[in-house]
Amino acid sequence: MNRLRRILGSDLLWSFTRSPGAMIAATVAFGLCLCALFAPLIAPQNPFDLASLDLMDARDPPVWLSGGDHRFLLGSDSQGRDILSAIFFGARISIGVSLASVALALVIGVSLGLVAGYFGGRVEAIVMRAADVQLTFPAILTALLINGAARAVLGPGRVAGSEFWVLVISIGLSFWVQYARTVRASTLVERHKDYVAAARLIGASAPRIMFTHVLPNVLGPVLVIATINLALAIITEATLSFLGVGLPPSQPSLGTLVRTGNDYLMSGEWWIVFFPGVALAALALSVNIIGDWLRDALNPRLR
Amino acid sequence: MLHYVLKRIGGAILVLVVVALIAFVLFRFVGDPINQMVGQDVSVADRERLRQMLGLDDSIVVQLARFLWNALHFDFGVSYQFKEKVTTLVAARFPATFELSLAASIFAIVVGIPVGAYTGIRPKALMSRAFMALSLIGVSLPTFLIGILLIYVFAVRLQWLPSYGRGETVQIGFWRTGFLTKSGLAALVMPSITLGLFQLTLIARLVRAEMLEVMRADFIRFARARGLSERAVNFRHALKNTLVPVVTIIGLQIGSIVAFSIITETVFQWPGMGLLFITSVQNADIPVMAAYLMMVAIIFVTINLTVDLLYLAIDPRIRLGSAQA
Amino acid sequence: MSEPLLEVDRLGVEFVTRHGDLRALDGVSFSMAQGEILGLVGESGAGKSLTGRAIIGLIDQPGRICGGTITFEGRRIDNLRSADLRKLRGKRIGTIFQDPLTSLDPLQRIGDQLVETIRAHLPLNAAQAREKAIALLGEVGLPAAADRMRAWPHEFSGGMRQRVVIALALACDPSLLIADEPTTALDVSVQAQIIALLRRLARAHNASVLLVTHDMGVIAEAADRVAVMYAGRVVEIGPVADVIARPWHPYSRGLMGSIPSLREEVDRLTQIPGAMPRIGARPEGCAYAPRCPKAEPRCRMAAPPMIEAGPRAAACIVEPAP
Repeated sequence: MNRLRRILGSDLLWSFTRSPGAMIAATVAFGLCLCALFAPLIAPQNPFDLASLDLMDARDPPVWLSGGDHRFLLGSDSQGRDILSAIFFGARISIGVSLASVALALVIGVSLGLVAGYFGGRVEAIVMRAADVQLTFPAILTALLINGAARAVLGPGRVAGSEFWVLVISIGLSFWVQYARTVRASTLVERHKDYVAAARLIGASAPRIMFTHVLPNVLGPVLVIATINLALAIITEATLSFLGVGLPPSQPSLGTLVRTGNDYLMSGEWWIVFFPGVALAALALSVNIIGDWLRDALNPRLR
Repeated sequence: MLHYVLKRIGGAILVLVVVALIAFVLFRFVGDPINQMVGQDVSVADRERLRQMLGLDDSIVVQLARFLWNALHFDFGVSYQFKEKVTTLVAARFPATFELSLAASIFAIVVGIPVGAYTGIRPKALMSRAFMALSLIGVSLPTFLIGILLIYVFAVRLQWLPSYGRGETVQIGFWRTGFLTKSGLAALVMPSITLGLFQLTLIARLVRAEMLEVMRADFIRFARARGLSERAVNFRHALKNTLVPVVTIIGLQIGSIVAFSIITETVFQWPGMGLLFITSVQNADIPVMAAYLMMVAIIFVTINLTVDLLYLAIDPRIRLGSAQA
Repeated sequence: MSEPLLEVDRLGVEFVTRHGDLRALDGVSFSMAQGEILGLVGESGAGKSLTGRAIIGLIDQPGRICGGTITFEGRRIDNLRSADLRKLRGKRIGTIFQDPLTSLDPLQRIGDQLVETIRAHLPLNAAQAREKAIALLGEVGLPAAADRMRAWPHEFSGGMRQRVVIALALACDPSLLIADEPTTALDVSVQAQIIALLRRLARAHNASVLLVTHDMGVIAEAADRVAVMYAGRVVEIGPVADVIARPWHPYSRGLMGSIPSLREEVDRLTQIPGAMPRIGARPEGCAYAPRCPKAEPRCRMAAPPMIEAGPRAAACIVEPAP
């Protein structure tokens, strides 16, 4: 923890205040997260409340264009749903899925990495070979496969309602490799240090040594990977939803909103797809910029 | 050197075997194949007959052996959703994906390497900074958004390019190509830019990072101290030394292009393997998924192997079987 | 004495960082005569390698020359345009770096690197350049030189590679050779061979050598004169034999006292207490004063000037000339 605090204390903050990009990105990300978090309180309309929807309001353009309705700041979709409200709620779902899947990937990856690095031998060989094979393929493909398998297990009709967790599992299981590799490498280094030997000598158990002594020393790189992965998870979730194997239109994430809105692009109703797309891009971009900055700040040699 | 080649081939086979096992597990244990194939109204007796016919009541080992044997002949049975042989389905769609991936790869490499080299040599130039900012946007924007944006601008607004499909195609033997007609080429433009853009930024950023790294190397300093021209230092010494890692990544990226074509094909309704795969995921069509998985695995492994062997051509240290690079 | 080959006058180099501009070199002055071997000695961080790099204009970012002049073959070179400076490097000034394992491009054959260097500076065709390259490899003592042209760097041992590096540095008959720790990365047994080779070739080509090293043993063996550097300054300069036998500056004395082979009659090696101050943390006045056994209050007032006495000079206001 000490090391983490030292890093956070001095140079990190200094570099943050001198990096306008990172500051803007952090503001945007923070703002979007607030909107998502408080969506039920601040959204002009509850997009899930079918009673409040009126088909008469469908496909209204944004308020500054002719035909715009003051109730729909960014226009409305084909069911008369307020785009702005849909974005708030969509961001809520997108961020929820992404955070949960990064957490899942982190837990799996860090545990496997610690175990592989600490025990070595056959455990290590199996974990690292699995990582190698999985790394042969892009994460999106792995996520799609796990997603397809989950659909087959649940049966075609029974996916409804569990899409959220299907997504979390598909994305989480696709991103664990990087954590495992990093943590294993650091664990290998730490394992041979004197303090680990000392801890073992006084009879500390293996899990205790790993979590109280080794883990804190690998947190820096894990933090960087997690931030960069969060952006990837946001994009992956949106992509899966866009491909029609993510969240359904009844419970739309930002990707789903783009998918449904895409159908109206040809008829010129661009706002239905444009604003959710911008929100998605802003979210992914700002998280990515923060991750990029964090990596550079923690690893000054790369600059 | 022989040892190196054998080791790489061994690794490739291992990946293929593991993927085949996964495909088998998917095929056999995920969901009930019989339920997927027939409707609710088929009687229990009919189901049993079908089960026997398909050999699903044989022992697992026999089934695995049969699956592997069939997979070796690229026979994955019948698609649940199309009721057609998977091999036929995939073969009909392969050329579309291949041509799209090829065009996208060429675009990514031909633009990516020079841009990366330039930004690596002059990291502080205005153009480099602009590119770095743009590339971050390129990496962060989901592919499908870029595709939609292109469609809106060039198909809906300007009406220069078609928004979906392959245009006119020409059948040559078993291959259906879009390279030979004007509309086929026009239809290829937006999908290949969409598909290649992400890889382009990755390649450029990688070349840049490697260039920056190599530029700090002693032998570059020494090359400068020898009074060589900037051009000789930058290209003959620096760029060549970045190529080893760059070739690896480019190889892997070309593999990813095949996989990422799933997204591009969906956006542009491009009738390739990706579009087939995504409908199979939506409908839990396991045989098609298994076949696609094997197909992609073979492509990936072949590319990886080619990349490893390319090392031999670039890096003399491996060629002699001495220390690894 | 005729016009010196190289004259470095009050050279300053600073690094621009977020903590402000750090003075790495602070008024370095010395001169070298044609054919002379000058040793530049000091602890790591004293600025000796940086001095060598400043002369050829290859200081790493964010460093820059911030004062003083460098005059080579009668003209100022510290303010040359990079294209003109490049024509000097490799042609008039050859350079040898510390680590022969990393100095050569791993992806190019030895011969190609030689030919490339020769043709960058001399109007020779490919065949003539090749001939010259083979002759150079023979000269630095590589057996079967013609066959070695097609070899890759990794096929050579460290000592052999350093011979190739020397051949590259001498490829265009430079009048000055800057050798930056040329033996540090080598086995002890090879070190002596390389030093002898360097000395012999410098004499044969009538080239001066600026021999940068932290190893007084190497200086004693190879150099004619020695300049001792401390914390970004030259604190003493003079003929090698004199400086070793009767060091003038208290720091030089401490440095000599810490070398086993030079002090046979003494049974204990002396040790200088403390450590050299880091760049940016250098004290006012004489930078050595905090560690100096003879320091007086006036030492801390202002940086001491170089006091000359015959062929020798030292920056100490306390010690009398020996």
